[in-house]
Amino acid sequence: MNTAKKLVGAAALATAAIVAITGCSATPTAPAPTTAAPNSVALRMTVWTSNEAQLALFASIADSYKATHPEIKSITFDSLPFADYNTTLTTQIAGGNAPDLAWMGDLSKDLIASDALLPLTPVLKDTKGWGYDDLLPSATAEFTKGGQLYAYPFSNSPYALYVNKDLLAAAGQSLPASGATWDDVSKMGAAVNAATGKAGFVIRDFDYSAWNTLATVWSGWGASAWNADGTKCTFDDDKMVGAFTFLHDAVYKDSAMPGPGTKADFFAGDSAFTVAQVSRASLLTGNFGYEVVPLPAGPAGSYSVIGQAGMGVLRTSAHPQEASSFLAYLTDPENSAKLSQFFPSARKSLLTGEKLAANNTKLTAEQLQTVVVDQIPDAVTLPNHTSPAEIAQKGKTALDAMWKPDADVKKVLGSVCSAISPLLVK
Amino acid sequence: MTMTVSSTMPREASPDASRGVGGPGPVRRRAKRFWTMRRRDAAAGYLFIAPQLAGVLLFVLIPVGLAIVYSLNKWNIFTGQLSFVGGSNYAALAADPQLPSVLGATAVFSLGVVVLNIALGLGLAVMLNRRFRGVTFFRTLFFSPVVISVVAWTLVWGFLLQDNGGINAVLAQIGIHGPNWLQDGSTAMGAVIVTQVIRSVGVNMVLFLSALQGVPSELYEAARIDGAGSRTIFTRITLPLISPTLLLTGIITIVGALQAFAQIAVLTEGGPALSTTVLVYYVFQQAFTFNNIGYGSTLALMLLTFVMLLTVLQWQLRRRWVFYEN
Repeated sequence: MNTAKKLVGAAALATAAIVAITGCSATPTAPAPTTAAPNSVALRMTVWTSNEAQLALFASIADSYKATHPEIKSITFDSLPFADYNTTLTTQIAGGNAPDLAWMGDLSKDLIASDALLPLTPVLKDTKGWGYDDLLPSATAEFTKGGQLYAYPFSNSPYALYVNKDLLAAAGQSLPASGATWDDVSKMGAAVNAATGKAGFVIRDFDYSAWNTLATVWSGWGASAWNADGTKCTFDDDKMVGAFTFLHDAVYKDSAMPGPGTKADFFAGDSAFTVAQVSRASLLTGNFGYEVVPLPAGPAGSYSVIGQAGMGVLRTSAHPQEASSFLAYLTDPENSAKLSQFFPSARKSLLTGEKLAANNTKLTAEQLQTVVVDQIPDAVTLPNHTSPAEIAQKGKTALDAMWKPDADVKKVLGSVCSAISPLLVK
Repeated sequence: MTMTVSSTMPREASPDASRGVGGPGPVRRRAKRFWTMRRRDAAAGYLFIAPQLAGVLLFVLIPVGLAIVYSLNKWNIFTGQLSFVGGSNYAALAADPQLPSVLGATAVFSLGVVVLNIALGLGLAVMLNRRFRGVTFFRTLFFSPVVISVVAWTLVWGFLLQDNGGINAVLAQIGIHGPNWLQDGSTAMGAVIVTQVIRSVGVNMVLFLSALQGVPSELYEAARIDGAGSRTIFTRITLPLISPTLLLTGIITIVGALQAFAQIAVLTEGGPALSTTVLVYYVFQQAFTFNNIGYGSTLALMLLTFVMLLTVLQWQLRRRWVFYEN
C-alpha cells in the first residue's frame, strides 16, 4: 500500500514536472548559457545524405564547435536512407529515441503543428554576428509559424530544366534563344522521341506517384494544389485542368513524355529534358552535351519553384540549449558559406553566381546566377501540408485514373479534391 | 549391495523417499529436498521452452497487448501524447471509404495465391514424383526461388514487368503488344499474384513431393489390378492420403498470403488506385506512413482475427476431409 502511494506520488510529481517543463518551453525564449558539465553532452542529428563529402564537412564543423565547447562529448550525424527518412525519424520519435536535431522536408508542417520543435528565432537573433536579417523571407516562410522560425532552411534548391543538347541535335531541334515554353518543350520532346526513340521530357522523381513534383509544371498555369492557408482544395480549378490536359496530351497524344511504368533517366542519356533540382547537377557525368536553364514558361508566364530542406531542434532533446547553440553555430555566416557549396543558402549575402560557382564544377557562374540566384526570391515551394504522406497517398490513388488514354481530366481532378479535402481541414 | 531409487520414480511417491536408503539401522529423518526429481524435470522442461516462450512473449503477446492498448487511443507520436478515445478507432473501420477496396484486394490476392500455389505445387510434385533423367535438376530449379531474397526477387520482376521491360520485349518479338502489367488496374493484381506464386511454390512442391512418396505403392498396384484409371487413382487414393499435407499447405499458404508485404511495397506500392493494397500494406501505411498508430493497430487486430478465424475454420474442417483424422 505504501509502495503504491509512493508510486502514485512519484507519477504525480513527474506529471507535474512534465507539464511545467512543457508549459515553460511553449514560450519562445533564448536558451540560457549551458550549465552542462564538461564532456557530458552527446548530440545526434538525423540527416538523409550519405554523400561522404557532405558528411565530412558536417563532421569538420562539429569538430570545430567541440573544440570551443567543453560540454560537448560528441556530435553524431546519423545518415538515414532518403526513401524511408520520414518513417524512420517518426519511428525513432515514437520509440523514445528521438534525435536532438533533425533535417526535415515535408514532415516540417506536422512537426511544427505538433509543437515538437523548439523555436529558433530567439537563439539565432541572440547569437552575435549570426545576421538574422540576412535570411530571405521567401525561404523562411515555409518553416515559420506565429513569427517564430522553427527550422532553418539550409537547402533551397530551385528546380530547373536540364537539356540534353546531343539528343536535340539528333532530332534537328534547338532551344529557342528567348527561352522555352512548355509547348516548345513538348514539341521538341516529341520530335526527339520520334527521331531517336528516347524519351522527350521527364519530371524527375514523379514516376506517376509523387504528384507534388508536378508543381514544377502546374505553377506555369498559375495553378496550386490548395489555397494559401491550406484549407481548400483547388486541384479541380480551370488552371489545374489546363496543366493536366497538357501533361495528359504529352503522354497519350504527342508521345513527348513517357507513360507510367517506363523508366527514363535523363542523367543516363535516356531523355531530352528533365525537370530536377539544381543540386542534381552533380549527377551530370559529361557523357553528353547539356544545358541547364530556368523552368519553361507556361500560359501564366515565367515562374520558379524551389525544394527546401530545414534543420530543427526536437523539443524532446535532453539537451535543447546545447542543440540550439550548435545549430546556430552550424548555420552562422561562415559555416553557411561552407554549406552553400552543396546546399543553396537562404542568406542573401551568399546568393551570387560567383560565390556559388566557386564550389561548383558542373555549372558556370552565369548558369548559377540564372537558375539559382534569380529564382529563389520569388519562388514558390512544392505543396506542403500537415499529414503530407496521407495527402500524397490519397491524392495518388485518385490521380491514378488520370493515366489512361481516355481519362476525363476534369472528373479525375475533382476526385482528387474529394479524396484530400477532408485531410486539409483535419 | 544397496538399492537406489529408480530415476523414473518421483521421490515423494516413495514412502521411503524422505529416509535414508542405506542398510538397517535407526530411521534418520532428513529435511525434504527442494530439487525433487519432479521439480528438476519440470525445470528442465521450462528451460527447454524458455527461448521460444521468451520470443513469443516479446514478439507476439506483448505487441498484441500493446496493439490493443493503442487501438483504444490516439497517439500523437511527435509529442508522445496518448489520448484515450474508446472505440472510435473501431467505429472508424466502418466509416473508412478505402477499407472495402482493401479487403476486396486482400481476398482476391489471398485466394489467387492459395489456389494457384497449391494447384501448381501439387502439379509439379506429381510430375516430379517420377524417375526420369534430370529430375533432381528440375526439383532444384523449381525450389530455388524460395531461397532468393523476396526483395531482390521482386525488384527483378519489377524491371521485367515494366511497360518497356523484358516481358513485353519478348512479347513484341512475337508480335504481341503486352499490357502495362503493373500500372493497369486489370493486370496489376494478376502480375503480383504470379510473382508471389512463382517465388513460393517450391515450398509446397517439396511438401507434396514428400507426401506423395509416403503413399504406399501397394495401394496403387491394388487399384490398378482392380481396373482403376489414373484419374480415379489420383482422386480416390493419392488425394485422401496426402490430405494432411493439403491441410498444412493450405494453412501456411493462406497465412503467408495474408502477410505478403514486400511484394506489394516494391512492385506497386498498392496501386494503381487501391487495386493491390492488401491489408498488411494498408496497416503499414496507416501506422508508419500516416502515423495513425491507433487506427493502424485496430486494422492489425482485425487482420489477426481474420488469420485466427481462418486457421480455426481449416482446423475444424479437417475432420471432414483429412484422411488420417477421425
